[in-house]
Amino acid sequence: MEHKKLNPELVELVQKWKDKEGNLIMILHEIQNHHGYVPRELSLELSKMLDVPLARIYEVITFYNYFKLEPPGKHRIALCMGTACYLRGSAVILEEIKSILGIQEGQTTKDGLFYLDAVRCLGCCGLAPVVMIDNKVYGKVKKNEIADILSKYIKEE
Amino acid sequence: MYNKVILIKDTDLKRQDKTRDFYTHLLDYLRENNLHSEILLVRVADIGVYDKGLVLKMLPDRNTYINVQDTDIKRIVDSILQGKIIEELVFRPKVKQHRIVLRNCGNIDPENIDEYIFSGGYAGLKKVLGELGQQKLIEEIKISGIRGRGGAGYPTWMKWNFAREVESDQKFVICNADEGDPGAYMDRSVLESDPHSVIEGLIIAAFAIGASKGYFYIRAEYPLAVERINKAIKQAYAYGLLGNNILGSSFNLDLEIRLGAGAFVCGEETALISSIEGKRGYPHPRPPYPSVKGLWGKPTVINNVETLANIPAIISKGGKWFAQIGTQTSKGTKVFAVTGKVKNSGLVEIAMGATLREIVMDICGGTLSGKPVKAVQTGGPSGGVIPESLLDTPVDYENLQKLGSIMGSGGMIVMDEDDCMVDIPKFYLGFCVEESCGKCSPCRIGGFQMLGYLKRISEGQGKPEDLAQMRRLSVAMQKASLCGLGQTASNPVVSTLKYFEPEYNEHILNKRCPAGKCSHLVTYSIVGDKCKRCGLCVINCPPKAISGDKEKGFSIAPEKCVKCGRCVDVCKFKAISKD
Repeated sequence: MEHKKLNPELVELVQKWKDKEGNLIMILHEIQNHHGYVPRELSLELSKMLDVPLARIYEVITFYNYFKLEPPGKHRIALCMGTACYLRGSAVILEEIKSILGIQEGQTTKDGLFYLDAVRCLGCCGLAPVVMIDNKVYGKVKKNEIADILSKYIKEE
Repeated sequence: MYNKVILIKDTDLKRQDKTRDFYTHLLDYLRENNLHSEILLVRVADIGVYDKGLVLKMLPDRNTYINVQDTDIKRIVDSILQGKIIEELVFRPKVKQHRIVLRNCGNIDPENIDEYIFSGGYAGLKKVLGELGQQKLIEEIKISGIRGRGGAGYPTWMKWNFAREVESDQKFVICNADEGDPGAYMDRSVLESDPHSVIEGLIIAAFAIGASKGYFYIRAEYPLAVERINKAIKQAYAYGLLGNNILGSSFNLDLEIRLGAGAFVCGEETALISSIEGKRGYPHPRPPYPSVKGLWGKPTVINNVETLANIPAIISKGGKWFAQIGTQTSKGTKVFAVTGKVKNSGLVEIAMGATLREIVMDICGGTLSGKPVKAVQTGGPSGGVIPESLLDTPVDYENLQKLGSIMGSGGMIVMDEDDCMVDIPKFYLGFCVEESCGKCSPCRIGGFQMLGYLKRISEGQGKPEDLAQMRRLSVAMQKASLCGLGQTASNPVVSTLKYFEPEYNEHILNKRCPAGKCSHLVTYSIVGDKCKRCGLCVINCPPKAISGDKEKGFSIAPEKCVKCGRCVDVCKFKAISKD
């Protein structure tokens, strides 16, 4: 009876990885890629399928910054707080985004449109300071450009 | 199809008109002589040469001409057509970059294995499998003197030899591509633009120790690198370079990708192993070293991307050739990601022994603002800050360590006078505190306490005895932490205390931040004679701390000011001073 509830995609995924050692992180990656976060129901099912305690799965999810437990907003704003970006003023940019959207890092706006993430390094230090919205990279961003950039996404709605 | 290309740098503001005139003249000349379909003229933003007048670069010959005049047009075009070089115009940089790791980057199509093979790729592997054999291979690597490029600088041949000598039914090789150091991106660049060189290096490493299974541990934040390595592995299987009986030999190897998930500590060998095993990335005490007991308890060799990219070149050209490059103790080249307040930010590969000044001033053109360099930071959060007065130090593992920094993975951050030497260690330590896995207390508690001291100092609450306390804490962290993260986390603090103690004292005793970075210690005021009384700052001040009128002038009430700096941003006359 329990088995009927299983998500078919998840079953397929688990089959693919089942025989490989140390598969948990890779399965979580695929779940997050698909859903944008790791839903609790899927963790529960995964725990049964892999015969791994739920606590073990949550232990891993909460250790790594990459995995999320909450659905992210429609657009993910990743502000680089790496050293190069920090030196070129990304702290000021962060304050500006926070004050415009009224959220802190790791939060989603009330309308669910933006999720703000302060990340470590996007690996394009030559363009510092860098803001990445979804997969679009904005380099050499200035404080007064932030409002314009964000409004583009708001207008799309 | 154009056979020749001339690049012209047109972003030098000082000589904008002259550059434009030259561009038109050259284009006219090409048209008049009907050469415009053969020689393409391209305006580019940067060629990497500064203060040398008009700069041109010829492709595909890669000659750079400096101080070019209008009168040179004819002879330059003639020389291109004849395939000659005009000696007196050629730019010969004092320090030349020496590209071994980056040899193919930008020159081949990274998604095409044939281009890699055509440029001499996989010849090293063939040599290893055909004539060298395990023993001679390790001997060759020993002669080359290459040391791990991931940070600690452990001799690669020793790592391999330990793992080779251990008897085991299975051994593993791992490529550490978890480049988490903020401000460093050389591994990403190699993975994305020359994936096969890393794969070839990893296959050779596997052969050296007798491993049958290998892993790429790559940051999930580098999707393109993951995709390229994935493609490259598939191509290598198709060409018989992976799988069973590689190149007709009895050697078998399977390669797989495992993704990191955003934990800096996973760059540490033992933590990385835990992560591949699908667990929390907790480090383990060493010994036993991974070479003896690593992944799933089996002998494992973990090499950094840059180390592996060097290996094929060493095998093809010989260990002796590699050992000629570099200094007595550090052989070969090192790739640095030079970023921060620098004009020409990017990847620089130099032979070990070049000085920091050569890298920062000659290759990268000095600071962006033209202000003097204050310090250079190497080694990321585990490294230290090197003051301007020591920039003539030749770069190698030992020298950097003597200065209180480390080579690290290759981040190099340039700072100018506007950067505060209390704020910088606060930034790095904040990073290490956040990334500390929390397993051992010296790192977990020590880091947190130290960050508290730095925060108080930057807020003007510091006490003179704090500095001694921070020094004590850093010794405890260095000696008692379990892994490299905790042992080195205090390096930025220790090195700034060593070279910039007066700046700390300025914060503590005089409650002043000389660089104007620590917002709590900065007071904003309006400079009367610069102020044009436009009133823009008044409208833009969020807490309405600026008062006055257009006749009498304006002033900032310090008790209302929240130090947001908005008035500085909006003032067009630079009439707001920060002190």
